[in-house]
Amino acid sequence: MEIPAIVGGGLIVIGVGIGIGGIGRGAMEAIGRQPDAYGKIQTAMLIGAALVEGIGFAAMFVL
Amino acid sequence: MSLARKFILILFFFSASAHAISADKIQDEKGDIKSEIKSYIKHHLKDAHSFYLTSFTNDETGKKTYIEIPLPVILYDNGLKFFTSSEFKHGKEVVVSNETFYRMNYDNNKIYKTDKEGTFNFSESGKILNEKPLDFSITKNIATIFLVSILMFLLFTSLAKSYKSNNGISKGIGRFFEPIIIYIRDDIAIPNIGLKHYKRFMSFLLTIFFFVWFCNILGLTPLGVNVTGNIAITFCLALLTFIITTISGTKDYWMHIFWMPGMPLPMKIIMAPIELLGVFIKPFTLMIRLYANILAGQIVMMTLISMIFLFRNFIGSGLSFLLAFFISIIEILVALLQAYIFTILSALYFGFAVEEHDH
Repeated sequence: MEIPAIVGGGLIVIGVGIGIGGIGRGAMEAIGRQPDAYGKIQTAMLIGAALVEGIGFAAMFVL
Repeated sequence: MSLARKFILILFFFSASAHAISADKIQDEKGDIKSEIKSYIKHHLKDAHSFYLTSFTNDETGKKTYIEIPLPVILYDNGLKFFTSSEFKHGKEVVVSNETFYRMNYDNNKIYKTDKEGTFNFSESGKILNEKPLDFSITKNIATIFLVSILMFLLFTSLAKSYKSNNGISKGIGRFFEPIIIYIRDDIAIPNIGLKHYKRFMSFLLTIFFFVWFCNILGLTPLGVNVTGNIAITFCLALLTFIITTISGTKDYWMHIFWMPGMPLPMKIIMAPIELLGVFIKPFTLMIRLYANILAGQIVMMTLISMIFLFRNFIGSGLSFLLAFFISIIEILVALLQAYIFTILSALYFGFAVEEHDH
């Protein structure tokens, strides 16, 4: 049975969603513990989220 | 019940009944509208030979009038040829230049050589087989790039001059741009590249940040330009980052790629190809990220606006307006965020290239 490519697209979105969600959660918890380091944590969070998102887009592009 | 509420209820019933009456008719038309919307979105994501604003049809004569700014077309085909894009009349007419005939295809906005009647020869898979001349035209995207470059040049040279005349204190619009420039220096360049080397890369980082930001913001205007949502342009931007990273790479950088120190020998052999692949994947993801983010934003905006023509009642239109408004505001944030991400990742890659290790 052939699996349509759009199913792969859905799986990519789920994976990227879990990944970015985890990063966001980690950042929130870190900010909660260290409110002073807000700026640094936010920058690191954005870089991490962008890298995960990049993989997602790359996979979509191949699709 | 207040008067306004009654009015809304009456409107609601009216629209619902009107919907029921014309449901059969709409059912036939819906398929057409869907494909029309699809081709409309596809067409507007592409580069074009004119700044197209709007069009309307005269009910009496049935003639369609386009409101647009034509741009010059430059072709190289046995010598250079110049004419304006308004001569194509949106692909309806054939342009004659030096006894050769050119016609623009409306679907992909590309210029083809044709015969006198302007016929396209299609292959079985629907591809156009006509010969294409070399196209050096000033298209919509290129005109926008020129505009942004000139704007940036004038803006930042005048800002630099204003510091001199005002004893090193910013004034006017400089008060808006100074914190952004200092932010890029203090929070992007210095932490990622290091105090010793950051000055070399500052001009590139500032240029790329403001270029991407201005292009993203211009993409949200009704001119409908899609500069950073064009993969050729993001490819060039990422290529610049790749070239600068490769050129400024120190001995340590290359050693860490090909022969990672402090690792057992079998791991070194496994790591080398992966790290080498990483050198190319880094700029590749830069290219894809910017392109896909901006393109996705444009598609979502146009789809939401197209909802008006699918629903054809005031609820759908109101919903479409609200959602489009909401997405527009998010897109302003995305425009800034993508410029920021592109800059900070470039700075990170430069930082890897010039990093000094003590081992």
